[in-house]
Amino acid sequence: MRHTIAVLVENKPGVLARISSLFRRRGFNIESLAVGTTEKESISRMTIVVSGDDKTIEQVMKQLNKLVEVIKVSDLTQDSVERELALVKVAVTPEKRSEIIEIANIFRARIVDVSRESFIVEITGDEDKINAFIDLMRQYGIKEISRTGKVSMARGKRTV
Amino acid sequence: MRGANAIIKALEMEGVRHIFGIPGGAIIEVYDALFDSEITHILTRHEQAAVHAADGYARASGKTGVAFATSGPGATNTVTGIANAYMDSSPIVVMTGQVPTALIGNDAFQEADITGITMPITKHNYLVTDATKLPEIIKEAFTIASTGRPGPVLIDLPKDVTIADIEFNYPEKIDLIGYKPKTAGHPRQIKRASELIMKSERPVILAGGGIRLSEAQEELLKLAETIPAFVVTTLMGKGAISETHPLCLGFVGMHGTKYADYALHEADLVIAVGCRFSDRTTGRVSDFAPYAKIIHIDIDPAEIGKNVRVDVPIVGDAKLVLKELVNHVQYKQRKEWEDKVNDWRRSYPLRYIKEKDKIKPQFVIEKVYELNPDAIVTTEVGQNQMWAAQYFKVKHPRQFISSGGLGTMGFGFPAAMGAQTAFPEKTVVDIAGDGSILMNIQELATCVDYHIPVKICVLNNAYLGMVRQWQELFYNERYSATRLRYEGLSFEKIAKGFGAVGMTVEKPSEVEDALKEAFEIDTPVLIDFWVEKLENVYPMVPPGAALNEVIDKEV
Repeated sequence: MRHTIAVLVENKPGVLARISSLFRRRGFNIESLAVGTTEKESISRMTIVVSGDDKTIEQVMKQLNKLVEVIKVSDLTQDSVERELALVKVAVTPEKRSEIIEIANIFRARIVDVSRESFIVEITGDEDKINAFIDLMRQYGIKEISRTGKVSMARGKRTV
Repeated sequence: MRGANAIIKALEMEGVRHIFGIPGGAIIEVYDALFDSEITHILTRHEQAAVHAADGYARASGKTGVAFATSGPGATNTVTGIANAYMDSSPIVVMTGQVPTALIGNDAFQEADITGITMPITKHNYLVTDATKLPEIIKEAFTIASTGRPGPVLIDLPKDVTIADIEFNYPEKIDLIGYKPKTAGHPRQIKRASELIMKSERPVILAGGGIRLSEAQEELLKLAETIPAFVVTTLMGKGAISETHPLCLGFVGMHGTKYADYALHEADLVIAVGCRFSDRTTGRVSDFAPYAKIIHIDIDPAEIGKNVRVDVPIVGDAKLVLKELVNHVQYKQRKEWEDKVNDWRRSYPLRYIKEKDKIKPQFVIEKVYELNPDAIVTTEVGQNQMWAAQYFKVKHPRQFISSGGLGTMGFGFPAAMGAQTAFPEKTVVDIAGDGSILMNIQELATCVDYHIPVKICVLNNAYLGMVRQWQELFYNERYSATRLRYEGLSFEKIAKGFGAVGMTVEKPSEVEDALKEAFEIDTPVLIDFWVEKLENVYPMVPPGAALNEVIDKEV
């Protein structure tokens, strides 16, 4: 099963390499990875989506915890808000232009770049929503997709 | 203060008295600072040996071992030594030279990305890019290496960092936000463990290297005697309890004693302390201790539940946990079980066939033990290691030093050198094979040069014996690439060429005299024992078999 794991790490050079090296060495499978700073400048937050059985996930979390630069590891699979962002460059023709705008509106996506032959559409949401949007765009011709990894936050009072 | 001087000063403040290493261009400033220090530097003849020596020093003394190497090939030569220390949780700090920061990434002369290379085999490592951080980093390195589950830490030192002028303020304590090893066991878990112990009719303690690392031998003994429970050990745990104690069944696993294997297999409760359930210890893991509940005490939470199912996990330092646990258990007689185990012990002793005109390797070990039972014994890897583990009965946990996890041939001799450096007055014996000893034979030069009187017993069977044994038993005697001896090869002459004492022993009747003579001599001695070539190590749990499927030779 897939788990979303939030990892607070010291914001130091080499931390990302250390974590990816750990996943490779132990044979854990990263499905997506997102890194950014937190409310504290010295701390970064990684959101890692990893698949495996319960034993594997337990090892992932324990092994991550052993790294000196890892401050905290939390499993956010249950009861949390999850978001990804995608930029989709889709081909447009004068006839299809309004149709694409309409679909983008339904998905609350934004058109952030307009040219004669293409739009860049920015969409955020959970993975399924983005996949659904991309599927709909295929009929018009997708030129390029750039997707972030997942970021996640526990609902309510709980913090990482 | 020059960066290099700050490094040496910091090492002095850490109480470092010996460093093993080899200088080079990138680390020359550090060696220049070392020139004025009280610290003794031992110039090994290969960087791998420097790290093994630091490792052996650490295992024998409990202090953190230190090794130096220069950049590039110097640094890459340390890799095996570091991986070895990592697998066996040995506290060492390795410092490597590095090309100046401005050149890093440019493929400069003797540049190698040693922090990248050693990332998966160190507990932690540092590339120092800011010289002002040197004191703090060195303090951190020593703290990390020696606390929690110990392990190797590497510090990579670009040359400009060692030249830079910095202010020296050595921190007394450091606070690492992401590093807080848990030492006290959870009281409720300890309570649960004690309940299982009191209910158990067939308890067995499985003691690992963690006993040595946490200095928990007294607590272990007290627990074993209180319950009372038989103790089996892993290879790394040898000496966790004196092997002459009636409750000690010796080491368990692939070549452990048959009665230890049986006891562990038949136990209804396994109390595992400071061990990681390696495949060499458990045999086929799905059939490991099938009737037992398992209590696992370890300071590393990641080891709990990694290899075997655990009923009561206790994260904490072995010494503290055992001390607490013993307060919650009382003596209970388990006569039937005691009789059964003692019966196994009588029925299946370690044994081999003595022959009048052939030296049996086991016989050599027995003689070493007889003549010098208090010696520190190191081993190489393979048959020599297993015979040493079987026939040398150690009394305390720092007496037996062997490469357990990585299985590094070439470890024993430099490790002996390190142990001897820590304890100049003790006898240190390396039990070697004719394959392993050649992997770091150059250290005879170091031993002669620095008057390190290590005694090397080569059990020379003319083969890479353990591989040959497997080829005999599982590959239809197809001895592919395992024969070693050839006309003209003489270990005696090699030893003499380095200025050490060399001997060759070809008859059983000469074994004792040769050893006696070697133990009298205050210089390094290598004895080449021409042992029975085709002798196998028994008992043996074949690869992939369960512990109760152990095979023994018909005697």
